Amino acid sequence: MPFVIVSGSLNHPATYLSWGWLGISVSNLVVMLLTIAVFVLAVLLPFPHDDQDE
Amino acid sequence: MATTERVGGPSGPLQTGDPADGRMWTNRLRNRFFGTFPPEKLLPDRQPAYVASWIYVFGVATIAALIVIVASGLVLSLEGPAWYHTSSAGHFVNSVHFWSVQLFMLSMVVHLWGKFWMAAWRGHRGLTWVTGALAFFVSIGTAFTGYLVQSNFESQWISFEAKDGLNAVGVGAWFNVANVGQMLLLHVCLLPLVVGVIVVWHVLLVRKHGVVPPLPVRADAPSEPPRDGAVPDRPVEPVRTEGTTP
Repeated sequence: MPFVIVSGSLNHPATYLSWGWLGISVSNLVVMLLTIAVFVLAVLLPFPHDDQDE
Repeated sequence: MATTERVGGPSGPLQTGDPADGRMWTNRLRNRFFGTFPPEKLLPDRQPAYVASWIYVFGVATIAALIVIVASGLVLSLEGPAWYHTSSAGHFVNSVHFWSVQLFMLSMVVHLWGKFWMAAWRGHRGLTWVTGALAFFVSIGTAFTGYLVQSNFESQWISFEAKDGLNAVGVGAWFNVANVGQMLLLHVCLLPLVVGVIVVWHVLLVRKHGVVPPLPVRADAPSEPPRDGAVPDRPVEPVRTEGTTP
């Protein structure tokens, strides 16, 4: 289903993505995807530690 | 003259020399607090090895962001909107306040997901989980009132969109988003105080019960971790706590 881009009419118009009943601003979507990416990286990336802690 | 000594060793509760003092509320309150939170438990030097993971960092990252929020918010409240809307320094502090809120909410959500997937309410840590959830919901209200008092077109737009929703659920008479004075006082006075109290309560509970260990990986391992000390279900070596979170 194609995304339809609509614009707001504030002094700084935001870009919105619409998909059927679902609508979300690009900035909110970016924050959500960034949060998910940070979570995945926090689980997968090794934590640095000193050799003496081995 | 009454003397003081520690009962039960150097880390035990303080007890005055006069036995009658043991019935005083100050004595009982002090003994109860330091019995529950001895200094080495409030500010420990080492944590279990499983804490050395990035997923344990986001609790303290949330607190760090909260400190920046409060500090920048104090500057904004001292100088006022005529300053933070017109001067370069005001724009900078306003942006620091805004972006520290973004980091605060992002860190808190990652912290929430991490604790949810490791079932962090195990080992009698239910109240720790509940206070964390409360901090999350009150933080949403605090951020919302912050958006309402930006004193720009965005805050005007948000308030006149939100009023319809709030009126529809019947709370508009008590929580009037078009009342700038009410929203401003909620944002700079009451809600930060509530968030601060809940966060301190949350951290004290983490210090009391210890950091929750990861879920067991063996099928025959106990599913319920022991309380008060966060001893893991498999032997681990302690590590330093720098850069880790409660």
